[in-house]
Amino acid sequence: MNAELIFGVLLAGLILALASYVILGRNRFATTVGFVAYGLVLSLGWMVLAAPDVALTEAALGSGVTGALLLAACHKLRNDHARPSGPFLKLIAMILCGVLTAALIAVVLNLPEPPPSLAETAMEPLKSTGLGNPVTATLMAYRALDTMLEKVVLLLSLVAVWSLAPDRCWGGRPAFGYAAERGGPLLFLARVLIPSGVVVGIYLFWVGADAPGGAFAGGAVISAMAILGFWAGVSQPPAVSSLSLRGILVIGIVVFLVVGYCGYLWNSSFLSYPEAFAKPIIVVIEVAMTASIAATLAMLVAGPPGTSLRR
Amino acid sequence: MHEFFIGSAAFVLLTVALGLVRVLWGPDDVDRMMSAQLLGTGGIAVLLLASAGGLTAAADVALTLAMLAAFASVAFVKSGSKPPKIEDKK
Amino acid sequence: MTALLSIVSISLGCLFFLAGSVGLLRFPDTLTRLHALTKADNLGLGLIMVGLLPHVAWPFGVFKLVLVWVLVLISSAAVSQLVGRRVRGERKE
Repeated sequence: MNAELIFGVLLAGLILALASYVILGRNRFATTVGFVAYGLVLSLGWMVLAAPDVALTEAALGSGVTGALLLAACHKLRNDHARPSGPFLKLIAMILCGVLTAALIAVVLNLPEPPPSLAETAMEPLKSTGLGNPVTATLMAYRALDTMLEKVVLLLSLVAVWSLAPDRCWGGRPAFGYAAERGGPLLFLARVLIPSGVVVGIYLFWVGADAPGGAFAGGAVISAMAILGFWAGVSQPPAVSSLSLRGILVIGIVVFLVVGYCGYLWNSSFLSYPEAFAKPIIVVIEVAMTASIAATLAMLVAGPPGTSLRR
Repeated sequence: MHEFFIGSAAFVLLTVALGLVRVLWGPDDVDRMMSAQLLGTGGIAVLLLASAGGLTAAADVALTLAMLAAFASVAFVKSGSKPPKIEDKK
Repeated sequence: MTALLSIVSISLGCLFFLAGSVGLLRFPDTLTRLHALTKADNLGLGLIMVGLLPHVAWPFGVFKLVLVWVLVLISSAAVSQLVGRRVRGERKE
């Protein structure tokens, strides 16, 4: 009975308990808080499984940004008293999830020894990409097409959120502005945290080449700092029709596409990199992606336009 | 030493998890938020202990968590308060 | 010698975390619970961090540890003010 086993069992129990509470809880705000806590504990779980990149993304996106989205939704729904789904539906869902869990447990316990894994194959071409982190290499070199399409999906979700605007607010600013409270604690927090947050975000993105990190984690932290700025009244979210905002939103995809088509020049296939320049090209794409992700996530939390452009 | 770090991490996790009961009870929304914040700080402590115990990049995840815990706390406070007021002069 | 100091410091830190949790669960009022919470944030994390300093690489490991603690201190202080205002604001009604 060593300490690591105790810790693992404790963590697993906590994850299960929190998940059950989130599903079975009655109070809307309480279960949303439970969900944010759940994301955090899940991130610790990923660390125990030696997956720091996933843990970073879970903490930043799953717990932080998604938590902010859910809390905003919770706040907007505070006067809504819809009936929660009946016990029969919950029972069916529970049975289905239980069956899936049992199947997964059976598969994992019956894996051949040693378990089949693509880890060796992933590590081989690592030197030719110039990167040290196999996760970044997978995202940006082996499966770059998937990463590019994910960015498109993220942008489409933002367009979907914007389409919720009432007609007269089309193209306006999100109704997310707060007045800055002079000398208030929130303003102080914003002034201290936002610069350090942006530096941490850039650091996470930069270190992702050789250590856990990358564009997603860095972009998520920077977007959290932008949202903090909106809350503190340090800045207002830009109007949805602003060209510079739209430029930043699409630049990740544009750079990806340009590099992708240039791949025909070098190696006659989409999104191939010339071996000598692989790392600089990947870094350029990642810079554009970090900017896009940060802007997209921040505007997602800011929500649909709520004020009219015409004054 | 390594065992001691992991043991303390388990202890901190246990205490902080106990504090989570406030999410269930806490008569006020603010109490629920405070217990989530305690979990965040406990998680950071666990990660720092793990990083000294040799776990890769645990310190970076702790740094991210520190930034985001503050962010989440402000989200909680803002989500319970009055709706936004915008200065209409631009 | 440093091992002994680390053990003492980390154990004290864990004790403060326990105090924070127990306070959060047992104190009668939101504001008193807030008081307990900040003890865990500041002293609990601080003592653990001090105990870990001899065991991480210099300079960047140490720098990261201290940075994390300072960030938690600042955000915990500001958020406590916000929570206090919120509670007091509700009381006024």
